[in-house]
Amino acid sequence: MLQVPANSGDAVAGGRPLVTLRHVDKTFSNGTVALKDLNLTVGEHEFISLLGPSGCGKSTALRLMAGLGDVSGGRIDWHGSGGGTAADREIGFVFQEPTLMPWATVFKNVYLPLRLAGISKADAAPRVAEAVAMVGLNGFEHAYPRELSGGMNMRVSIARALVTKPRVLLMDEPFAALDEITRFKLNNDLLDLWKDQSWTVIFVTHSVYESVYLSSRIVVMAARPGRVVAEMDVDAPYPRHEDYRTSPTYNEHCRAVSEQLHRAMEAGGT
Amino acid sequence: MTTTATETDRTDSAEAAAPNAAAAQTERTARLARVLLPLAFGVLALVAWDLIVRINDIPHYILPGPILVIETLIADWHTLYPSLLVTIQITLMALAVAVAGGVTLAILFTQSKWVELSFFPYAVILQVTPIVAIAPLILIYVDSTYAALLICAWIVAFFPILSNTTLGLNSADHNLINLFQLYGASRWQVLWHLRLPAAMPYFLGGLKIAGGLALIGAIVAEFAAGTAGTESGLAYRILEAGYRLNIPRMFASLILISLTGIVIFLFFTFLSHMVLRKWHESAMKREN
Repeated sequence: MLQVPANSGDAVAGGRPLVTLRHVDKTFSNGTVALKDLNLTVGEHEFISLLGPSGCGKSTALRLMAGLGDVSGGRIDWHGSGGGTAADREIGFVFQEPTLMPWATVFKNVYLPLRLAGISKADAAPRVAEAVAMVGLNGFEHAYPRELSGGMNMRVSIARALVTKPRVLLMDEPFAALDEITRFKLNNDLLDLWKDQSWTVIFVTHSVYESVYLSSRIVVMAARPGRVVAEMDVDAPYPRHEDYRTSPTYNEHCRAVSEQLHRAMEAGGT
Repeated sequence: MTTTATETDRTDSAEAAAPNAAAAQTERTARLARVLLPLAFGVLALVAWDLIVRINDIPHYILPGPILVIETLIADWHTLYPSLLVTIQITLMALAVAVAGGVTLAILFTQSKWVELSFFPYAVILQVTPIVAIAPLILIYVDSTYAALLICAWIVAFFPILSNTTLGLNSADHNLINLFQLYGASRWQVLWHLRLPAAMPYFLGGLKIAGGLALIGAIVAEFAAGTAGTESGLAYRILEAGYRLNIPRMFASLILISLTGIVIFLFFTFLSHMVLRKWHESAMKREN
């Protein structure tokens, strides 16, 4: 495991920088300091995890990157995309909950981003079908979210995020509410999708094991105030499969990351 | 050995089947009870009513028996039916205007905080002032009695639609609103694709209440209008029959008003079920 110090600037393992956060502060209107002097660069084709205890501002950082809310200080730069709006940045966002429209079928839920972009149902249909197939939900197009399990609803949510073929997928603890078996399955499927698509994933999680299993780089954050305390590369090769979960490399990485996280918690006073 | 095993098997399967059969039996009984119990009670009440009138020899200008009421309903149908139509017409028109106005204002409320701050207190005042108290004033200031009745019925039906729809429009999932923002949705798109569908269960709940209230508003206003009503609804028929001590006709009119209210309620309950059955908790069938 290669350990690089925090605030590492523009040098990234993944390739050309995609998004850079410089000295980002975020203070909420109630006075809570969510982020203080956050520096982070995400490279193209990286699978990067933001890992930290609750209250460390990892979700806030993700939302700011997505353009939900404004920074209180510092700046966030997206490279290589002209537009200012979130839609122009070609972002897909997956929330902790599936966040589906309960009154709409799977098809209509996945169609939503294209519909909002003014693409007709006929033009969108093949793209929606492709996205639904990618997450393995063929045949469920006409089901309502109520009729599906939690894991399946999360798949719909991922299909909705992928239907626009985004350059980067932002995921905010997407599998935290799922049982372990379903989570492992979705972890593997997500890795498969990521290798096929070669886009970037920015993944927020509080699970050491999940972050080590999935990511090419882990950013450890501490709370009060939210900041980056360590960045670590996970140098296990892709494709990773279930046997990686039980390998010595995996355990070694988990131990190292846990140590960093422990240090971060002590630093954060929790 | 073999015999024993078979015997055991049979016992097992019988035991397994028994709870299912019992459950189905309970289900059937419950469904039957839901119809039969109220029906039995109703019949019992009618018989008791009839007996009390007969045994005590109560004159029909004080308390008519149920049979006389039904007879009157049939005999006076030519007078009562047009009145029923007038009352239904006022109720439905008031409800239609309340829905159009309530939903429009609710949308304006959610689009602009300023509109809500300016108008909401007056909507509340409109709601808390008893309609009986304002009806005479409305009848004075509005030339057409018909229009006055309509306004009264509208006032009482308006508020549940407005407050429920406002609540519904504001109850859209916050993360979904964020998602719409991410994809650069316009205000109109958020309203049409997100807020309005999210408001639907609340709106339908309001509609159920407003339907009954519109009928009450129409009746109360007719009472306030008294004999001034040239277009005579059912409440007018009750007043008129009261002056003439035609008690059976009062009862007959009352029955028609109740039936109208029941039909309105059942219709909106059915409508609500049909619209929500695919996705909303309130209309879902559950196995357990």
